[in-house]
Amino acid sequence: MGFQNRRDFFKTSLLLTAGITGISSKKNKAASLDGPSENRMGVLVDTTVCIGCRSCEWACKTTHGLPTKPIDSYLDRSVYDKKRRPDEHALTVVNEYDNPNNPLLPTDVKVQCMHCEEPACVSACIVGAFTKHPEGAVTWDTDKCIGCRYCMVACPFQVPSFEYSKAVQPKIMKCDFCFERTKEGKLPACVEVCPTEALTYGNRNELIEIAKQRIKRQPDKYYNHILGEAEIGGTSWLYLAGQDFGKLDFPKLGRDPAPGVTEAIQHGIFSYFIPPIALFALLGSVMWINRSKNNGEEK
Amino acid sequence: MEYLMNPTPIKKKFITPGVVVLLILALNAMVFLAIRFFFGIGSMTNLDNQHPWGIWIAIDVACGVALAAGGFTSAALGHIIHKEEFKVILRPALITAMLGYTFVAIGVFVDLGRYYFIWHPLIFWNGTSPLFEVGLCVMIYATVLYIEFLPIVTERFIGHVNLKGRLSFLNVPLDAILRFLDRGLSKTMFVFIIAGVVLSTLHQSSLGTLMVIAGPKMHPLWQTPVLPLLFLISAIAVGFPMIIFESLLASRSLGLKPEMKVLSNLGRMVGPLLVIYLAIKIIDMAIRGTYVYLTEINTASVMFMLEVVLGVIIPLRMFFSEKVLNSRLLLFIAASLVVFGVFLNRINNFLVAYTPPYALNKYFPSIGEISVTIGFIAILVLLYRVIVMFFPVISIPDKKLMPKTKYAIRGEEK
Ligand code: SF4
Ligand code: SF4
Ligand code: SF4
Repeated sequence: MGFQNRRDFFKTSLLLTAGITGISSKKNKAASLDGPSENRMGVLVDTTVCIGCRSCEWACKTTHGLPTKPIDSYLDRSVYDKKRRPDEHALTVVNEYDNPNNPLLPTDVKVQCMHCEEPACVSACIVGAFTKHPEGAVTWDTDKCIGCRYCMVACPFQVPSFEYSKAVQPKIMKCDFCFERTKEGKLPACVEVCPTEALTYGNRNELIEIAKQRIKRQPDKYYNHILGEAEIGGTSWLYLAGQDFGKLDFPKLGRDPAPGVTEAIQHGIFSYFIPPIALFALLGSVMWINRSKNNGEEK
Repeated sequence: MEYLMNPTPIKKKFITPGVVVLLILALNAMVFLAIRFFFGIGSMTNLDNQHPWGIWIAIDVACGVALAAGGFTSAALGHIIHKEEFKVILRPALITAMLGYTFVAIGVFVDLGRYYFIWHPLIFWNGTSPLFEVGLCVMIYATVLYIEFLPIVTERFIGHVNLKGRLSFLNVPLDAILRFLDRGLSKTMFVFIIAGVVLSTLHQSSLGTLMVIAGPKMHPLWQTPVLPLLFLISAIAVGFPMIIFESLLASRSLGLKPEMKVLSNLGRMVGPLLVIYLAIKIIDMAIRGTYVYLTEINTASVMFMLEVVLGVIIPLRMFFSEKVLNSRLLLFIAASLVVFGVFLNRINNFLVAYTPPYALNKYFPSIGEISVTIGFIAILVLLYRVIVMFFPVISIPDKKLMPKTKYAIRGEEK
């Protein structure tokens, strides 16, 4: 009897697993959009030009109605003693790093959402509260969000933050690429305020050209890499630096879009609901066969 | 078998010292929950922007779903493969699954920043999100479990509806409703049973897909594209040990004789499942070459070894031994080890493996988080006790049915 059980059981469970693995190995295209559109905008951050004045931090807070100290207090450079991350109180922050090429001129790096071309947050959000706009911005919709914080788990740059101290309507906070301003034809607040033109707003393809030219013209000054051109399928924000990006705390990421694998699995399991329905039918017939078999034997 | 087994409400005193302890733990959780709802999640948890998920997701949700897998594996075995001998475990397993998923839903509710929008996934769909799939499947499956529970309710109350006083005029219509439900349910129940199994395979595996998108933020010892398959198989493998574990516990606490024969037959199926699981895990590690991470000694490698050795390899060996299968104590130990292994695996996947690049500190659950989780488990155990005392769930030898089997001394056909 025991043997009989086991064999039957295996037959079925093998079928089950074979079904599911077979399905999920099918490759699907992971893109949530059909490639970057021609008028996709972006920002080129040239960290070799940035002087670390943190005006962008102030401008960002001011336009987004976040509390901020007066602009004079931003001259205090002691904040650079610690590395900071964007959070629910500041959508962008600047960090400072030693510059091996010139110890007198430290490297300052502005951090904010990268506005990925194939954003993990958009793919992961349980209710689809994130949107990737054709113009480049990735924005978040407060009317949908349920506060599960899966977007924070998914984001490869670890950007979205959450208002943990709010009991009601806590928000997911991240740079929105000044979506409201750019819609009206204005520059993003941080780009507008930057006194050294370390931030350049423009068509993403053109920005990549500009970046390439800068590297070509001054190969000694620049590390030969445009961060964000290819990382995890590309990002709307692009970075130039004078040294290895790993030393500037950028995460090491491959070229594959972050949502690629999950979406392949998801599409596999759910392609037109066929696999679940097939499984239902399979189990139904197993049930029917066994039931009539048993009835035949026993009654 | 001398008596036929029949599900019966267990008559026992409800309040025992153990029950009092459970009640205190439950109350303690309520205090912390009040803080959470009045002052926000940040006020009583150690969660931060680097660690968005803590034990409420890793234990309440991930472990909860995995350990409630006994519901669908036993349904597959008892109803679909139709093994009469396992009928006695169906109801206890169903109750555990039903309570388990209720616990999962409440766990999610508490963890959600905007708990009052918990129904949003029903109207805002995002097909690319594994969390969406998990959420939807869990909601539907929990409903299915309640529907599967209904016949137990109708069985308990048909012919027993006896409201007193002013409500007594409802007795006849209520009884009629119950009888109608009962008839309808017995005809359609198979649809729900199969749906339950399908939904379970879907979300058990998708729970594994959840962490895949975290990519490089996850330790390579656990991060693999076959996570969904590993999650599914470990859920199937833990289903029966969980049933064994709680049958032995429940029969001890309720003073009943456990159904050793059924339990050891269940145990016989666990070994092979663990072999499949271990094989996939090892092949995957070999292909991705992640065994190199085991040569260094750190939290990740120690936790990994604990999980695999204690939770898989040792019980695997035990479940293949007849001595273990026939001994109440050893079987209990083996089953507990598998349960522990899956528990550890889910915690490892969701917490230990999650190492965000900009973490300023390590995550460790706060007193509040631990209290709430323990309190929920206490409530779960209490509810189980209430239900088995009130509804016909646990099968015990039925004296009334004795005459039928009186002369069938050879009873156990081998
Ligand atoms: S950086 Fe993170 S939050 Fe920003 S678009 Fe990419 S995945 Fe989304
Ligand atoms: S927290 Fe909100 S935005 Fe983030 S994944 Fe959950 S529902 Fe989506
Ligand atoms: S683009 Fe707008 S939201 Fe983003 S960092 Fe700049 S000012 Fe802040």
